[in-house]
Amino acid sequence: MTYENITVSQDGGIAIITLNRPAVLNALNQATMDELVRALEEMERDPELRCVVLTGAGRAFAAGADIKEMAGATAAAMLAGYRFQQWERIRKITLPIIAAVNGLALGGGCELAMLCDMIVAAETAQFGQPEINLGIMPGAGGTQRLTRAVGKARAMEMVLTGRPITARQADALGLVTKVVPAEAVLDEAVALAKEIATKPPVAVRLAKEAVLKAFDTTIEGGLDYERKAFYLLFATEDRTEGITAFLEKRKPEFRGR
Amino acid sequence: MPETIIVEHIGGVMTVTLNRPDVLNAVNDQLAHELHEALRQAAREAAVRCLVLTGAGRGFCSGQDLRGRAESRPSYRDHLRATYNPIILLLRTMEKPVIASVNGVAAGAGMSLALAADLRVASERASFIEVFSRVGLVPDSGSTHLLTRLVGLGKALELCYTADPVDAQEALRLGLVNRVVPHDELNAATGTLAARLAAGPTKAYGLMKRALTYGLHAPLDAALEYEAHLQEIAGRSADHGEGVAAFLEKRPPSFHGR
Repeated sequence: MTYENITVSQDGGIAIITLNRPAVLNALNQATMDELVRALEEMERDPELRCVVLTGAGRAFAAGADIKEMAGATAAAMLAGYRFQQWERIRKITLPIIAAVNGLALGGGCELAMLCDMIVAAETAQFGQPEINLGIMPGAGGTQRLTRAVGKARAMEMVLTGRPITARQADALGLVTKVVPAEAVLDEAVALAKEIATKPPVAVRLAKEAVLKAFDTTIEGGLDYERKAFYLLFATEDRTEGITAFLEKRKPEFRGR
Repeated sequence: MPETIIVEHIGGVMTVTLNRPDVLNAVNDQLAHELHEALRQAAREAAVRCLVLTGAGRGFCSGQDLRGRAESRPSYRDHLRATYNPIILLLRTMEKPVIASVNGVAAGAGMSLALAADLRVASERASFIEVFSRVGLVPDSGSTHLLTRLVGLGKALELCYTADPVDAQEALRLGLVNRVVPHDELNAATGTLAARLAAGPTKAYGLMKRALTYGLHAPLDAALEYEAHLQEIAGRSADHGEGVAAFLEKRPPSFHGR
């Protein structure tokens, strides 16, 4: 599979997707989003793959949507377009995805990072939703995921002023998993991915889904879902292996069954 | 070409001389702008491996030029945000050594500039004054943050409350400056130190500056983690390879700052 706007590499159970339009700070045009979805769908079908790392080439993770593409759009055209279907598709990817935010994550870039399951941020990274400065507003989850991550007061400030926050501020707000020196961001994200890759894959996917349910449902619905997923794991070989290995004081060997 | 500063780039050393000697190099908007531009250049250019900040004439820097202030009644907050704060941040974050060569009085924001350098070499004629309380203001441009870390809270409060000048010898005793030299030897002493640092492992120096700065406010476990990351980065630098090779070959290393 060849791509023009992203690069993909795979090593062991880890795939790295790099948004690769550094000249435009990896602006997320339709073609890039199409390729991203295509790559993720393919990875999801690969039984060997355990975790995906998403990063950006150059000094940005992604500095937003492609403004030029939206310049001539009408409300009707935006509504009829499939722009947001891509985001929905990524939301439903069951593999864990780690954003290695190497630099600017603005607008759609911030939303894409928040769509990932974890964020490892360079200390030089910035997160922001500057859409308001263009007479629009976040449209790919910015008002919802940011608010759930950092709370109303800070989300409102970011969305209404368009001002970005630094990686350290994002860390203090709980928006990111960890902050590391910029040169170490991809290494750290890959190390985290490798750690997850050693875990039982079925349990990882169900656990990811259960955590995401916390955003979509009432506590009661979420707890019910959690319990069902928990029961389900008792039907896996990895559960037997995990508990046996624990009792025998040895490392488990998970097979994804 | 800047008019209120002199920028010289010799070898790996960039020297920025504040050049309004008739007002002891007081900072007006033009000087602040030109200084900021010069610092951005110093930070950006890999060929600059050490930055020296000094003043022309009798003073190092007498701080904000107050002339015109009384009439125009500016917002001090906006002025600091736009003018001094970016300069102080740039001095504290540029990943190369910065030396203040303090040739005379460093007062107010001028003292803050000296404090924002990594190292201070002072002439015997240097003095430091947190002058703000004399005009009913708060030390700014980083002084409240930097002074406390250099001399401790008690001494910092004394210097800020009294606005008494600290002479060079006292500054040395307090740890406010790194060394004091006879006035006539200031340029030579600064030049020697700057040349030495400019020939050093600039990449590692930059990482050290980050780590030590981070360590000021981080808990030990986080600082250890941060060190480990930076060591990994330093370990991949060309200068590290050169340093190890030179050690094994029993010769002095030839660092290129990469």
